[in-house]
Formats: sequence, C-alpha cells, structure tokens
Amino acid sequence: MMRSLTRISAIFFKELAQLRRDKMTFGMVIMIPLIQLILFGYAINTNVRDIPVAVVDQSQTTLSRILVQIVEATTVVKVTERLNSVQEAEEAIRSARVRAAFILPDDLSQRIVRSPSVGLETPPSTDEETSRPVAQWIVDGSDTMIAGAIKSLRSMPLSELNRQPPNRSTATFEVALFFNPEQRTAINIVPGLVGIILTMTMIMFTSAAIVRERERGNMEMLINTPVRPMELMIGKIIPYIFIGLLQTGIILGLGHVLFNVPFGDRMLDLFVGTLLFIGASLSLGLVLSTIAKSQLQATQMTVFVLLPSILLSGFMFPYEGMPLVAQYIAEAFPATHFMRMIRGFVLRDATILDLHRDVLWMCGFFVLGMFVAALRFKKKLD
Amino acid sequence: MSGDASDIVVRAQGLVKKFKDFRAVDGLDLTIERGMIYGFLGPNGCGKTTAMRMLTGLLTPTEGTVEVLGLSVPKDAETLKYKIGYMTQAFSLYGDLTVLENLDFMATIYGMPAKKRKQRISEVMDRYSLTDLKNRFAGKMSGGQRQRLALATAVLHEPQLLFLDEPTSAVDPESRRHFWEQLFDLVEGGTSIVVTTHFMDEAERCHKIAIMEAGQKRADGSPKDLMAAMGANVVEIEGPNLRDIRRHLLGTDGIMAAAQLGARLRVLVKDEVPDPEGFLKAKPETDGATLIEKVRPNLEDVFVTATGEGRQ
Repeated sequence: MMRSLTRISAIFFKELAQLRRDKMTFGMVIMIPLIQLILFGYAINTNVRDIPVAVVDQSQTTLSRILVQIVEATTVVKVTERLNSVQEAEEAIRSARVRAAFILPDDLSQRIVRSPSVGLETPPSTDEETSRPVAQWIVDGSDTMIAGAIKSLRSMPLSELNRQPPNRSTATFEVALFFNPEQRTAINIVPGLVGIILTMTMIMFTSAAIVRERERGNMEMLINTPVRPMELMIGKIIPYIFIGLLQTGIILGLGHVLFNVPFGDRMLDLFVGTLLFIGASLSLGLVLSTIAKSQLQATQMTVFVLLPSILLSGFMFPYEGMPLVAQYIAEAFPATHFMRMIRGFVLRDATILDLHRDVLWMCGFFVLGMFVAALRFKKKLD
Repeated sequence: MSGDASDIVVRAQGLVKKFKDFRAVDGLDLTIERGMIYGFLGPNGCGKTTAMRMLTGLLTPTEGTVEVLGLSVPKDAETLKYKIGYMTQAFSLYGDLTVLENLDFMATIYGMPAKKRKQRISEVMDRYSLTDLKNRFAGKMSGGQRQRLALATAVLHEPQLLFLDEPTSAVDPESRRHFWEQLFDLVEGGTSIVVTTHFMDEAERCHKIAIMEAGQKRADGSPKDLMAAMGANVVEIEGPNLRDIRRHLLGTDGIMAAAQLGARLRVLVKDEVPDPEGFLKAKPETDGATLIEKVRPNLEDVFVTATGEGRQ
C-alpha cells in the first residue's frame, strides 16, 4: 500500500515536471477557457435580432411606410433593401443578401382598415374580407431560428397605426420565468461552457498521456519497472484534476465579472460535481489513450467525443427536443450529465441530492473508465 | 530449489516466439550461470532482442519455459522486476527531465525510501560521472552520457541480474571501452549480466556467448572454447590479386569461407584438411602470394563457421 502510494507520487511528480516544461500545453490550459469564454459569451445569442430583410412596398402610401417603421421598431428585423418586385425579393433571399422579404400589397389600406389587429372595430370572425392578412413575409425558412423569430411577428398588434395604446389583451396563460428572467443567453451558455471546455482539454490531455510514452520510446522502460497499471493511471490524472479545477475557476470567475453569471449558493455541490466530471472525462481520455496508436489518433478520437458532447449534451440545443434514441446516446456522454448538474447548481440552486442520478452515473463512469484503462494497459509488448 | 539452482540465473527450455507466421525465436535452450557476462551475438533480426524480452517478461513465449532467478516467467514477472535491471536498445528515459529527475523518478518507482534514494542516487551519479551533469536535460546529452545515465538507472535498485540490449550501439569506441570496464566492476560486485551485441570485440569480452542466427542458437560457450572447437583452421594469404584468389577458392572443397581484410585474405580451411598451409600453397591460384601463414582464430571466424554458408 505504502509502496503503491510512493509509485503514484513518482508518476505524479514526473507528469508535473513534464507539464511544467511543455509551454504549449500550459498555455492552452489558460488560453482555451479564456478565449472561448469571451468569444462564446459575447457571440452566442439565441435571441435573434436585426435580421436583414428587404421591403417590397407595392402600395407606396404613408400607411405602408409607417407599417414598415412599426415592424422595424420591434428590432427583430432590419430593412437593408427596398425592392420593386417579388421576383427581386426572392432573388435577394436566394443570394443571401437578406433572410426575408416583407411584401406590402397595393390594397394595403383596405386590408388594414378591416384587420382586427388594428382594433378599429370588431368584425365577425368568419368574414372573408376581414380574415385577409395585412401583408406577407417571404422567409428563408432553412434556419429554424430565423424563421421562428419572424413567425413571432405574425400576429403582432397594429393598434399603433390608429394612434391607440397597444392592445392590452388578456393572455391565455401567465408565464413566470424563473432563474433567468431577463432571458440572457450568457446565463445558460457560460456554465455549459465549463462542460465543453473541460471535455475538450481533459480528454485531449489524457488521451495523449499513455500513447505519448509509447511514441517517445519511454514505454519499454516504464513497463520494466514494478509500477502497476492502476498506479500509472492514477498518477497520470492527478495533475489534470488541478488543471480542470483551475479552468472551471477561470470560466465561472470571468463569467461572473464579464457576463454577470451567478456562482449560485451551492459551492460545495458545484465543487464535488465538477470534480466528478473532471474524473469521468479524464478516465475516458485514458481509455482512448490505451486504444490510440499515436498521438494524432488520440486527437482524432478526442474530436469524435467532443462533437457529440457539444451538440447532444444540451449545451447548444435543448436535450428534450431530441428524439428518444438521440437522448439515449447523449446519456452516454459525461458532458450531458454535467450540463444538467452545473446549470442546476449555478442557476437553479439545486443540490447534489436533487441531481443524485447524474452524480451516481458520473461516479460509475469514472470508476469504470479507470478500470477499463488499467485493464487495457498491458505491461507487455505483445 | 536444489543447491546448484541458485548458481543458475537464467534457465530457458524450448523457447519459441512466433509473430504471426514468423518464428523470431525458434527453440532456444539457455543456461546462464551467476556472476558472468553472457552475450547474445548475432546479426540484426536474429532474435536476440526477442529472446531477451521473453527473459524479462515483456513478451510471452509462444512455447517453452523460462525461469529467471528461480522465478517462473512471465507468471512471476512483476516480482522479478525488483530483482532485474534492464537497459533498452534505444534510449528510453525522459528527454524532458534532467538527469537527477530521471534518477529520482526511477528510484521512487522502485519504492526506495527517501533517505535510501538520496544515497543511492549520489552513489550512482558519482560512479558513472553524472554528478556534473545532474541538472542537464537527458534529451540534450551525448550518446555516451545517455548511455551512462541509462546504466545508472538500470542498476539504481541494485539488481542481481542486468539485461543490456545492444548497450553500445550509439556510442564512440572510447566510451564503449569505458562502459565495459564498468560492467566488469558490476560483475565483481556480484551482478550477473546478459548482453546482446553484434560487435565481435564486445562478444569477445563476454565470459560466455551464444551465437544466434534466424532465431536459433548455433553455438555457445566461452569465446576461447568456441575458437578451439571451431572445426576449421585460419590461414592468411598476402600478395597481389586477392580478389581473384578469393573468387577461385570459394568454390573449392575444403574451403569454408574467405574474407579480405585490407592487404590480407583470411581463409577458413576445414579441419579435415591435414595441412592447411600446404593445401593452399599447392593451389595454382596462390602462386603469386608473398605469404601464406596459419594464424590464431578469432571470434569472427567462429561466427562465420557457426552461421550462414559456413554452417553445413
């Protein structure tokens, strides 16, 4: 037992000394979270604004110009072109100069007067005349997010045209937004980014850990020593646990300063959850490292894990929106569980007990990963 | 374990290693006694390294049994690792660690307590002239310096048996001579050594050698015994047209091999020829020769007779 600890410490200090001298890796430890946080924190925004649109005004009236202004005032769209025909508008969409076109028909005035959205009168709903829309949107529907934003304009009230206060109609449902009432994307992105960056760096570093010994020719010497596979694995991951915690600190700290993302009151839960996720990612990296034949292969395998972790984990797209099979696949990645955990701890004041299923799963993944890696690591050359 | 077994450090029987259809080692029997330097001599690819790796437990034999220091290999390979030292053919320590860090890593891996570690490291650094280099990165050292470091780490835990795989292939002759002096110091201190080499002069320094070819042992014994039992006499011819003489002699009965060494032609004449000098002088091709003389055989002659075309 004592000897075992001594050997683990030998591996640990050796890794630390090598890591300290590897300026590139050391730089990545700091720069990856820093740059990605700033980039994604500012860049990713799921509230679509200022979509470039073209206007085809066939009525050319004061009313039509006011209508365009009201639509622009929503800040959802921004008129960048004024075109003369629907054909030109379609052409503009095809060439991606605009994402949508706003077509105002020449009988706009008549349509507006009878439209219920203007609120001049309350016509019977079955009336052919009044059920005609005021104007038309042609939208590049390939991007569902853009399409959704413009669809939200479909039944916008036009009572302003009539110099009346906005229609204060009673909502069918009352919606109270917990945890992120201002609907800022960064609140959701920054904690999630911890999961993505840890997945990337932790798996990348450890997936190279074993195969590097092989590539640099140290393996034959190493397996001639009495070191046991499990000791080697443990000694190799300890330095990266500290690195992972450091990166988490950088992201959450800077996220707090730059984007006002809360830390939450569950610091201990957050610490334990992050530790488990770091462990799970490191053990996955070690397993990859025992499979890879070269450091290049190890990097390729990292990408193979990283992409689903970004796309399926719920970091970018809601987990619930995925088909059941994809949800099962997503469950296999530690990042999925961590997304739930960190958003829970940081944003929803959840405790480890609330998320015990993810916690247990992560523990299991870590232990299993370490055993698989240790079993796969043979102290043999054949 | 019987009394004399403790004097045997390596015992291998019917050792075979197959890589797919290729038999890298093909029916090797070995007995290596304590307190000597035992050499595997053979060309590249003859199975020397494979044989050594099976003895240390790095490779699992396809067939046959191995017993090293009384332990069955590969079953007890992990216990054996504390008792043996191993120096790999290519430098396998960490280039981005200093001499001291490499030594400290290895000493810790072998579970030495801190105090013992410090004492042993300073001992080996002193013995292998590494003290002045202790803060040098291993990757920035010369071949000779690396070799000294590799030997120092291999003996750090005071193994009874040391395996050296072509230890001097990347080293200049001066360092090589010095290296062998250090090996003899180790033997004097009670260490047994198994070494692979393809250098004849190195093989000649071994107490006993096994000549290997195509995965098989062609001959073994002390260099002196091997030379005595060679089955051929060595005759050197001096004179003009040595290339012609060689070409003519090679096809002749009674001639085992002929090789030119500068201004001399070294001819191996089979034992069955009673008067090898007279036999050669009688040949019409050697008319122009200025000197035909029987000389002492060397290990290269043994190697030639034991392997290749010389073997029939």
